[in-house]
Amino acid sequence: MSNLVKFKIDGTECMAEKGSYIVDAALENGIYIPTLCNMPGVKPKGACRVCSVRINGRLMTSCTTPVSDGMEIESNSADILDLRKAIIELMFVSGNHFCPSCEKSGNCELQALGYRYKMMVPRFLYDFPVRKVDASSPKIIKDQNRCIQCKRCIKTIKDEQGRSLFAFHKRGHDLEVILDQDLGKKITEELADLAMKNCPVGSIIKKEKGFEQAIGRRMYDHQPIGIEDK
Amino acid sequence: MENTITNIIEKYNNDPLRLMDILIDIQENFGFIGNDAVKEIALALNMSEVDVEQTITFYHFLSTEPRGKYAIYLNNSVVSIMYGQKTIKATFEKEVGISFGQVTADGSIGLFDTACIGMNDQEPAAIINNHVFTKLTPYRVREIVKSMRQGKDMDELINESYGDGKNHLPSLKSMVSSNIRRKGMVLSDNYVYGSVTKLMLPNLSPEAVIQEIKTSHIRGRGGAGFPTGLKWEFCRRAKGDNHFVICNADEGEPGTFKDRVILTEKPELVFEGMVLAGYAIGSDEGILYLRYEYRYMKEYLEDVISTMLKNNLLGSNIAGIDGFNFDIRIQFGAGAYVCGEESALLESLEGKRGEPRDKPPFPVEKGYLNQPTIINNVETFATAVRIVENGGEWFTQFGTEDSTGTKILSISGDCLFPGVYEVNWGFNVNDMLDMVGAYDVQAVQVGGPSGTLIGPDEFHRTLGYSDLSTGGSMIIFGMQRNLLQDVVLNFMEFFIDESCGSCSTCRNMPHVLKNKLEKIINGKGVKGDLADLKEWSKVLNASRCGLGQTAANPIISSLKNFRHLYENLLQRDKEFDQGFDLITSVQRSCKYVKRVPKFHPIE
Amino acid sequence: MKEEQKMSKPILATTSLAGCFGCHMSILDIDERILQLIELVEFNKSPINDIKTFTKAVDIGIIEGGCCNSENVEILKYFRKNCKILISIGECAIMGGLPALRNGIPIEECIHEAYIGGPTVQLNKNHILPNDDELPMLLDRVYPCHEIVKIDYFLPGCPPQADLIWNALVALITGDPMKLPYEVIKFD
Repeated sequence: MSNLVKFKIDGTECMAEKGSYIVDAALENGIYIPTLCNMPGVKPKGACRVCSVRINGRLMTSCTTPVSDGMEIESNSADILDLRKAIIELMFVSGNHFCPSCEKSGNCELQALGYRYKMMVPRFLYDFPVRKVDASSPKIIKDQNRCIQCKRCIKTIKDEQGRSLFAFHKRGHDLEVILDQDLGKKITEELADLAMKNCPVGSIIKKEKGFEQAIGRRMYDHQPIGIEDK
Repeated sequence: MENTITNIIEKYNNDPLRLMDILIDIQENFGFIGNDAVKEIALALNMSEVDVEQTITFYHFLSTEPRGKYAIYLNNSVVSIMYGQKTIKATFEKEVGISFGQVTADGSIGLFDTACIGMNDQEPAAIINNHVFTKLTPYRVREIVKSMRQGKDMDELINESYGDGKNHLPSLKSMVSSNIRRKGMVLSDNYVYGSVTKLMLPNLSPEAVIQEIKTSHIRGRGGAGFPTGLKWEFCRRAKGDNHFVICNADEGEPGTFKDRVILTEKPELVFEGMVLAGYAIGSDEGILYLRYEYRYMKEYLEDVISTMLKNNLLGSNIAGIDGFNFDIRIQFGAGAYVCGEESALLESLEGKRGEPRDKPPFPVEKGYLNQPTIINNVETFATAVRIVENGGEWFTQFGTEDSTGTKILSISGDCLFPGVYEVNWGFNVNDMLDMVGAYDVQAVQVGGPSGTLIGPDEFHRTLGYSDLSTGGSMIIFGMQRNLLQDVVLNFMEFFIDESCGSCSTCRNMPHVLKNKLEKIINGKGVKGDLADLKEWSKVLNASRCGLGQTAANPIISSLKNFRHLYENLLQRDKEFDQGFDLITSVQRSCKYVKRVPKFHPIE
Repeated sequence: MKEEQKMSKPILATTSLAGCFGCHMSILDIDERILQLIELVEFNKSPINDIKTFTKAVDIGIIEGGCCNSENVEILKYFRKNCKILISIGECAIMGGLPALRNGIPIEECIHEAYIGGPTVQLNKNHILPNDDELPMLLDRVYPCHEIVKIDYFLPGCPPQADLIWNALVALITGDPMKLPYEVIKFD
């Protein structure tokens, strides 16, 4: 029992194991905090900022901040919900997310958050950036139009020597996630599957795959992402 | 060529933690880091090639493409532009025959923009092959390009006299001027280097050193203002195999150049401060993280370090204190403002992209190589020596209650005497303007782009952590300046260029805000745009580091203090305008199909 | 939409700009409720009844498709002038949709591909580019409608689900709050 800490999310008493990250601790207590870059079992990076919560007046990412005893977390207040929605909208306008023609549509986490937050139109203007598609690998396509730079592929897709197949390229507004030309050519079937699966959007697509499930049978067609709010 | 790359990698023991050094050495030797080099590094360090490239492409001065035998980096920060940068740029382009961002076909000359290079008191300035050229004029540019065409050595390119102070030393030979215009305890000449280390340290416990720093109430001089004594104490208490002392000399905030001057004129003081810190926290290794823009100081600073080694002010059993060993090495950055953020600096020190880390844990617990680490500003270390020398109590007589001691200001822009001024905290802006000879002032940017833009009705305010906080950058704008076009827009472009891109907010939002600002400047703004700017800026608060959180400050503070400038640009007869213009948008297609645009409005 | 006043037999107009008429199909996809709709509203300018010009002031204008040429822009402005409320329906009106896939390609290249270089171009031996004065002029890129005129409401989908359109219209006409169950908001 000494391993447990007590904390509050929006006034609700919660309990979780000491040192666990807020996002996981919340889920254990039946409270959903949205994430995009976070993946179970992978060291969090706080890249997407969608899981922002307020602690002691400061915004913190709940995927990188461990719970501590007596912590008071503000998660579903109007301004934080709007902040999350704004971040999601910002991602939509900053890339070229053509849902109707995307293989990942219906199974896309960004789109699903758009649904969950009832995004009818982004408040920002679409940027229509010019982005490349890399189809040089025999097994996967890396489409920069759809990339949200979440780093999930960078952190999880490595060869048997531990070398990353994906890495950041450039910085700031020009930041891209690119595929290693050499290792991309040698990518195994399993790793290619995993890369597509781990990509929250449709930026990594397995060649000769896609549109596998009919509309209506996809992950987020009927069921929102995450769990129901209590 | 291959051998040399191999040698360079081996020089750093095939150590991925020294990737920055490997890349910088290759860049300097070959003018770029080509495919072959990337392959070889990847192989030697057991990384993928994209993994090597992600570090290269992060830093402004590293490149996978050749940058030219002479690589010219012209400063495009706001003060440079105020002093004629546009003319200088046009002259370079005309004389060299290429645009900025390009290299001549023969590979001899490359032209590149670069963010503030810490020479705001002598603009326009450029860096050419690690030599700084200040106060450029079109005539001088023509001379420089002509000399390059003749293939002259860098030393032959310089026909100016060297700058003041120590800039004339053989190891510096720099045309940079220090422009020290007001001295206080840090810049004063009455300290005998090494005296605290030799005469006092043997009789002081590490705890006693920390106590003096705590008593002084000195706060970090880099801008964030964390109490230095507490930082040292936390670090001393933190458990680790090793403790590290890092001096943050990544002075990148546009308009700041005081660290350049301190490191030029008082490097012994800075290094001695690091020694004191090492003694206090129980560390035997210090690293000076120096921005690449100051590469011209490399030989000079290394000389200072070796002299200190000889004098037993560094090295083993310093000052005869048994077992107190402390060494300092210099680690260069490679062009990234964000590396001034302490956790990004740590990443860079470890050979990686300078992306800030999530906190907690803080560096005092897990810093460089995950060991307890203190990171302090150049000025903080220099000041620490005077505090230990004279006692923390003595220090508190300077400045104000919450901001003790002195502050070295970098003052530039529209004033007669730009340069560094060491003043007591609590100085007010009006006095500052009178001190530097600034008349008819429209605005002052306090603390650089991430700080505040204030107008005359706030010039009574004082410099200090509780009023106008500043890391030292003070830029003065006269009445003739177009604040939104020349200042705010320039600052927004700076933040867009310098974001690491890791947070979705900082990667995308400044660009959205800049587009809206440009729309307003172009006369397409409507009333709702101002509310949007204010509201949308809040999204940046969700960013990880200070860069992201302050990236909208140029807009927020100008909107607050110079709202009339925005309002004057708004269209009065329109409620809605997103900037679309039908006539403009059909020009390209009409030209291509060879027709004259003709419009058919429906009545 | 609850703040809107309840309307007495509101007048409706619709148009398809750079769209595929799929959104109009979705309007018709409300099935038997179309009979109810005719009771609720009066149609003015619309491809559904083939009225070409506005004959009176309109309450609700429904826009399908974004703007890819000058004619789209003129019609959109015409709608804005004649309608109290404008609704963008479908991905094309909201974000350009599939036509906006060309936004990353220079317009010159697009025209060249369509009339000269493309593999399906067979008959245009003299490489004539359409440039008659009467033809609409292509815009440099495809614009979402709300970049050109003020749009009041947005109904996403490709096409928007019939239920979403129906719910929105009913809410607008009756002044009741709009029903927005999870399933009706989709971007594809």
